[in-house]
Amino acid sequence: MASFSQFGNDLYTGKRSFDFVKRRRIWFSIAIVMVIAAIVVPFLRGGFVFGIEFSGGSEFTVSNPAKTADGSIDQSLASDAVRSVTPGATPKISIVNGGSSVRIQTDLLENTDSDKIRDALAATYDVSTDEVTSSFIGATWGADITRQALTALIVFILLAAIVMALYFRTWKMAMAALIALFHDLIITAGVYGILGFEVTPAAVIGFLTILGYSLYDTVVVFDKIRENTSEGTALTFGESVNLAVNQTLVRSINTSVVALLPIGSILFIGAFVLGAGTLRDISLALFIGVLVGTYSTIFIAAPLYATFRQNETIVRAADKKKTAAVARTTSGAVR
Amino acid sequence: MARSTSARKAVNALIGLGVIALLLGGANLAQVLSTGGSWAPKLALDLEGGTQIILAPKLESGQEVTQEQLDQAVAIIRQRIDASGVSEAEINTQGTRNIVVSIPGRPDDETLRRIESSAKLEFRPVIYTTSASVSTIGNTDTPTDGSSASATPTPDPSLATTPTVTPTDASDPNWVSPALLEEYNNFDCSTLDKVQTNVAPADEPLITCETDGSFKYILGPVEISGEDISDATSGLIGNSQGVSTGVWGVFITFNAKGTQEFADVTSRLYSYITTDTVRNRFAIVLDGKVISAPSTQAVISDGKPQISGSFTQESAKTLADQLKFGALPISFEVQSNDTISATLGSAQLVSGLLAGLIGLILVVVYSLIQYRTLGFVTIASLVVAAAITYLLVLLMGFRLSLAGVAGLIVAIGITADSFIVYFERIRDELRDGRGLESAVEAGWKRAIRTILASDSVNFLAAGILFALAVGNVRGFALTLGVTTVVDIIVVSLFTHPILQLLARTKFFGEGHPLSGLDASALGAVYRGRAQFRAPVGVPAAKQAASSREAAKRQTIAERKAAEFDAARNKGKDS
Repeated sequence: MASFSQFGNDLYTGKRSFDFVKRRRIWFSIAIVMVIAAIVVPFLRGGFVFGIEFSGGSEFTVSNPAKTADGSIDQSLASDAVRSVTPGATPKISIVNGGSSVRIQTDLLENTDSDKIRDALAATYDVSTDEVTSSFIGATWGADITRQALTALIVFILLAAIVMALYFRTWKMAMAALIALFHDLIITAGVYGILGFEVTPAAVIGFLTILGYSLYDTVVVFDKIRENTSEGTALTFGESVNLAVNQTLVRSINTSVVALLPIGSILFIGAFVLGAGTLRDISLALFIGVLVGTYSTIFIAAPLYATFRQNETIVRAADKKKTAAVARTTSGAVR
Repeated sequence: MARSTSARKAVNALIGLGVIALLLGGANLAQVLSTGGSWAPKLALDLEGGTQIILAPKLESGQEVTQEQLDQAVAIIRQRIDASGVSEAEINTQGTRNIVVSIPGRPDDETLRRIESSAKLEFRPVIYTTSASVSTIGNTDTPTDGSSASATPTPDPSLATTPTVTPTDASDPNWVSPALLEEYNNFDCSTLDKVQTNVAPADEPLITCETDGSFKYILGPVEISGEDISDATSGLIGNSQGVSTGVWGVFITFNAKGTQEFADVTSRLYSYITTDTVRNRFAIVLDGKVISAPSTQAVISDGKPQISGSFTQESAKTLADQLKFGALPISFEVQSNDTISATLGSAQLVSGLLAGLIGLILVVVYSLIQYRTLGFVTIASLVVAAAITYLLVLLMGFRLSLAGVAGLIVAIGITADSFIVYFERIRDELRDGRGLESAVEAGWKRAIRTILASDSVNFLAAGILFALAVGNVRGFALTLGVTTVVDIIVVSLFTHPILQLLARTKFFGEGHPLSGLDASALGAVYRGRAQFRAPVGVPAAKQAASSREAAKRQTIAERKAAEFDAARNKGKDS
């Protein structure tokens, strides 16, 4: 694809350039609108729906269920029975003790629904209603896991900020990277809420992956910015940042495409072939996260960093000089 | 010479990678042969099923278990299971009093014990002790035969239950009231296991026996409880010369309060060393049973006692883990222990793997379009990364859940990014007018810096989540950490050396249009060694900056070679 590598050349030399930094007001406005929407819309829809792993639920046990001709137990019968009462449910079904009973776990149910499901299960597996017991179960993802995970997150974000500030020798880069990170997490969570998907452990794992990916992507681009802005050039600060983003644009596109291809195929198979489940939950969070994570580095983190630095007196004085120099040499056209 | 050095380095790096792969493979082989493992990774609960253990609380009549106690117990059991290395366990409450622990595979007795026992540790001073076969002290007409003593001791109500003289400290014999002595005389060590909970209130004396039933004790009130333990480890106990005695023990570290209390108590008990060999002793009571009752040979003021008993390596580690995470608010017993099938059908795993395969094929096609022949380097690197990851997953024995499989597939993208960053840097250097070999070296220097910086962010995330989080999040952190390390290994020990070697071939070195490193397509024209045409369409300022940059980053060998060439050309001209 000669045209794509030509595109890469033009971006590298600055012959072709996208104004990521100069038009930052537009990108920031879009980001603010999206973040607000990601917070407000799920709230209007009635908040996040948490899966059985977080909120606990109901559990049914069918003793001595009827078996199919080959002596096994058909698990799909149970999910059909549950769905006949609460359509769209995704019960977790397992066979206990080599076929002596079937365990079905569902979201927390009203008593009437619970009774109906008991009847439906008894009918499905050809046993009397007494053979179906029901009880409430607590969350497997308990408050202790959430608390520990949040502690770990806060420690990580603080340490990551320190590490980035030390590596780049400016806390402003760390700050810009973290703002972009929060933007990514809020939007990913928001899309989840807007689509009304259940929040499951798989989705949370997806979120955590995004946390790493978003910062990772930002660090790669910021490293090029660090290189460009530390070398003496005739460009103003904002222009060097913009050139760095343009120079890494091909890499950003290639990386996100390569990351999105496997995620996309898992999402496609997970959502359209299998329906709701672990694969769909994790791949949706990742798909949105990688997309937004790449986007936010280019459109938010880098322009934000330029904004933070532009008001520094040293940078401002240097920029003024360079702008004046360009104005004098009118032939310095290609930029 | 510069060229042969880089080639030798490249070959050395590849040999290094081979050694790593062989070590991993060998370690796996050893594991398969010694423990009867297999070459297929173990699967987690959702894909393979496992065992469902229902724990019911051991309650005395009238005692109720609160939701708070249950939640606390779940949290502690989770930490104990995590510490035993079983990943991907699910623990939750059922109904109002049971706890359900679902773990992959079949648990052994040690695991069950680790889960169910309360691990309430108390340090109490010894007031009286006798060999269990001598079941009485003093002159009573109770038969010494143990079997008749097993009749439920009914304390004579006429005996005083409170001490006649108020005891001054925990070792004071005045704690032993006539009623307590009567109870002690009738106490049969063989009934200890049947007693549901043999825990006296902390401020009262306790009658109990050694775990193996060999000694019977009257112990004073609790001096220090397990809550003041800040850490516990297990290991072999050394003698005063630091030489291992071959005896397993548990090493405890107290917090400040515990340290102070322990120093106070040991200094009091130490004072009995010549006068009273019984009251010199100190009983370590676990769940109401004495695991050991050593004599106090010194005042321990550093708050780091060691416990020995009849421990094996495993039971010492179990106790250390239990002490570290605290006692359960109540003891539990296993009510049922059933096998349980996978919650997800095998269709899910097959579909997940199929999706991964489709994704991989798409990645291959995309890299070939983007990087031509160089795309094959990407693919080979991914294959090497996959192989090393596979071996590591097997070796560390972690179980793959469907989410874990998805995570590994997603890691493809993050791993491939290192190659993309590297290739783009090489292309940048080519655009600046370098020859391929030096572009590879210069691009590498810049790329590895970026790769290390960005990977360290991932590694930081993995490390912190692994250290602080519990449950599923820990499993995720492990996967992230492994893939990050593998990424760095592969890019520095495989991708870079391969490129160093390829750069010397005619096909790549001359920038064949299909090589993906075609200098002319990249805007720089390469004319032969150290000769370039100025890149087109590059602003003069940029050119000046890049040639300055190139000169700055010339290696000594490159500079010498250039000087040598210049001198030779001069000689030819004259």
